Amino acid sequence: MIKDDKNLKVRKSHRLRVKIEGKVVGFLVGCAAFITILVTISIVWNLAQQSLGFFSEISIIEFFSSTRWSPILIPREFGIAPLVAGTFLVMIISSFVAVPIGLAVAIFLAEYAPNNIRKILRPMLEVLAGIPTVVYGYFALTFVTPLLKLVFDDMIIFNALSAGLVMGIMIIPFVSSLTEDALISVPNSLRQASYALGATKFETSIKVVVPAALSGIVAAFILGLSRAIGETMLVTIAAGATPNLTFNPIESIQTMTAYIVQLALGEAAHGSVEYQSIYAVGILLFIITFAMNTLGHWVVRRWRNVY
Amino acid sequence: MSTKIDINSSSLSKRKLIGFLFISFCLLGVLVALMGLMSLLVQVIIQGYEWVTPNLIFNYPSRHPEQAGLWAALIGTLYMMGLTALITVPVGVGAAIYLEEYAPKNWFTSFVEINTSNLAGVPSIVYGLLGLSIFVYFLKLERSILAGSLTMSLLILPVLILTSREAIKSVPIAHREAAFALGGDRWQVVRMAVLPTAFPGILTGIILALSRAIGEAAPMVAITALVYITFVPVTPMDRFTVLPIQIFNWVSRPQDEFRGLAAGGIIILLILLLSMNSIAVILRNKYQVRSEE
Amino acid sequence: MTIENKVNNVSLKVKDLSVYYGAFKALEEISMDIEENQVTALIGPSGCGKSTLLRCFNRMNDLFPNTKIEGQIIYDDIDIYSQAIDPVLIRSKIGMVFQKPNPFPKSIYDNVAFGLKINGFVGNYDEEVERALIQSALWEEVKDRLYDNAFSLSGGQQQRLCMARALAIRPDVILLDEPTSALDPIATVKIEDLVNVLKKDYTIIIVTHNMQQAARVSDKTAFLLSGENRCGKLIEMDTTEKIFTTPSKKETEDYITGRFS
Repeated sequence: MIKDDKNLKVRKSHRLRVKIEGKVVGFLVGCAAFITILVTISIVWNLAQQSLGFFSEISIIEFFSSTRWSPILIPREFGIAPLVAGTFLVMIISSFVAVPIGLAVAIFLAEYAPNNIRKILRPMLEVLAGIPTVVYGYFALTFVTPLLKLVFDDMIIFNALSAGLVMGIMIIPFVSSLTEDALISVPNSLRQASYALGATKFETSIKVVVPAALSGIVAAFILGLSRAIGETMLVTIAAGATPNLTFNPIESIQTMTAYIVQLALGEAAHGSVEYQSIYAVGILLFIITFAMNTLGHWVVRRWRNVY
Repeated sequence: MSTKIDINSSSLSKRKLIGFLFISFCLLGVLVALMGLMSLLVQVIIQGYEWVTPNLIFNYPSRHPEQAGLWAALIGTLYMMGLTALITVPVGVGAAIYLEEYAPKNWFTSFVEINTSNLAGVPSIVYGLLGLSIFVYFLKLERSILAGSLTMSLLILPVLILTSREAIKSVPIAHREAAFALGGDRWQVVRMAVLPTAFPGILTGIILALSRAIGEAAPMVAITALVYITFVPVTPMDRFTVLPIQIFNWVSRPQDEFRGLAAGGIIILLILLLSMNSIAVILRNKYQVRSEE
Repeated sequence: MTIENKVNNVSLKVKDLSVYYGAFKALEEISMDIEENQVTALIGPSGCGKSTLLRCFNRMNDLFPNTKIEGQIIYDDIDIYSQAIDPVLIRSKIGMVFQKPNPFPKSIYDNVAFGLKINGFVGNYDEEVERALIQSALWEEVKDRLYDNAFSLSGGQQQRLCMARALAIRPDVILLDEPTSALDPIATVKIEDLVNVLKKDYTIIIVTHNMQQAARVSDKTAFLLSGENRCGKLIEMDTTEKIFTTPSKKETEDYITGRFS
């Protein structure tokens, strides 16, 4: 076989054209990545700017120390405590549901479930995760609340307990999938070592696997609860519109997110103090969820066992 | 110390019992989660099925439940989904390509990565506030479907970047090496060897991100404010509403019929989501079989 | 296999080549001449740097971050590592076949045509694809199913497809990185026969950990070894016959006779 022609016939301008194309594309995709930074800057700047407007009229001290939130009804008072209490009340209730069940589901999937069950269970959890939150709100209002009313006679239709329980169900897939990832990433060699010493499956799971995956599990909980705090439609529909500084779950409350929706739907004039209050609440919400998310990621980074 | 293995060891029985109780507890947890899902779906179907009529789909909202319908919201949702895809796909996939193929491994790149995962955790209502300030008021786009789509694009951008990166990462290094060895430069390798293989994964990610966008009401509430829309958007500057907002509107009304309407609307919404997710799963399976590495 | 004493042109000249990955020195001052239209084998125990050296010839090491090269590799009177040279140009003249067959998830035809597209080939694609597949002794087996997926081929066929893909862009030099280590014995023989035919028209450098293969296939052999500091050095390079019968260095003899591997 003879190599007849030493060189390939190529279009002379090809290399140059490719090089230019490459540079243009490189620039464009770099811009795309830069946009993500712009988004963060915009969010922070937007919230800060509007909040500054708010805090030029309302003192920060009142914001953090007052126990009444009444932006429209006179006497006007802007104490954030009721909204924060409402948010955290719902979050705590949801954690009672999501944490144990999320952990149980994750351990079951990672350590016990045979393959065919896993194949059915995982898609079902994905369905649970994909249901829009308005649907959960509807569910809380029309199913869970009447059910709870049978138990708690003096419960109001809009209450924290309903919303919290459904919120818990809603974030189960989130918590369980992150936890499952953490459990799966524990190398099998550790399990094998435990079995070889005569441990049962339960003992291996609880005493070896879970501690090894602990950082990931803790992060899963933190991130899941952060989602609960930021959730809007469910609490707007089911928890109420009454800012109420209480820890009684059968009372009506309002969360930070629900307040923002209420004002956004209302007639507050652009630029008025009521309008700007949604940004003040918003920036606090952002700071809380940002802190929790950062904490969650930091926990994973700092305490992760390197295998 | 005995030299025989004690088959009937009582401590072993106790340990096994604890193990059995534990797995029962786990199963109980699984059961509760599944029951939650079941009761939700059953409740929706029971309350809603009689309301799923042609009226529901083709009519505009009305004060009278029998005549109320989702048409404005349905078209609004589809329109918004299309517009959002146009905006977010180039940016999201582009950023993913940059991070995986072009970015040098320095602090700036790590910063972008951390920033992106933080953005994924920001509550959706905060994106709504951002959209309100910047798109509605500052850029004077008013409460248009363009403002809504831009806001939604920002919301699903981090998720899209994440899934696209996963798809690109999963292309075997061997493909890249072979393409480089044939004299390809970076862009040629990405365009001709990496992207074609990563494409199904990227497409699946896009569909899943868009299906999330369809269900998100919170940011759209901030953008549209008014929830009673009785027309379909035609130009990007028109006002609009989307399915979850219409459902929210109906749920908020005290009359029982509107609860039923809401359930009907939920059924439509869930069908739409189910179709999209099924398409994504089918695509994923179809292409995974092909590259049988 | 007798080797005629021909005076061949030198295709590639390596001068005092050292390779660093960050602070770690992988290769130390390698100097060698690769002769045209001959097969040169690089042998040595695993970790001695033979693959690293091979990848210097087509600048594939550039793809790893923190790689530093000292010294020169002269090809066609140019130092391929000089600042003015774009590695992309080198790779279309010095091609490579990898250890594990890595065809693209495309059709057989598209695999071979890929390099043509990248380099902006104008002309008859069908002709070139056929030519390359004939050169790599695969044409008869695939001519009726050019549009089948490349993964429908056996391992040995896939490797010959990768060779066709490399041959399609008419390189001068072909680098083979342990091309048969992932293949069964029959496929291995087919590849070795192919190398014997191709060397009439191409310069071939082959890395192999299989000494018998080196003895069967190559005209010249270079033996590399790395010391405690894992830095590879060229111990000895000579005609294959001499290396395998009367090596000059003791380390070479120890390796050949299997004292270590």
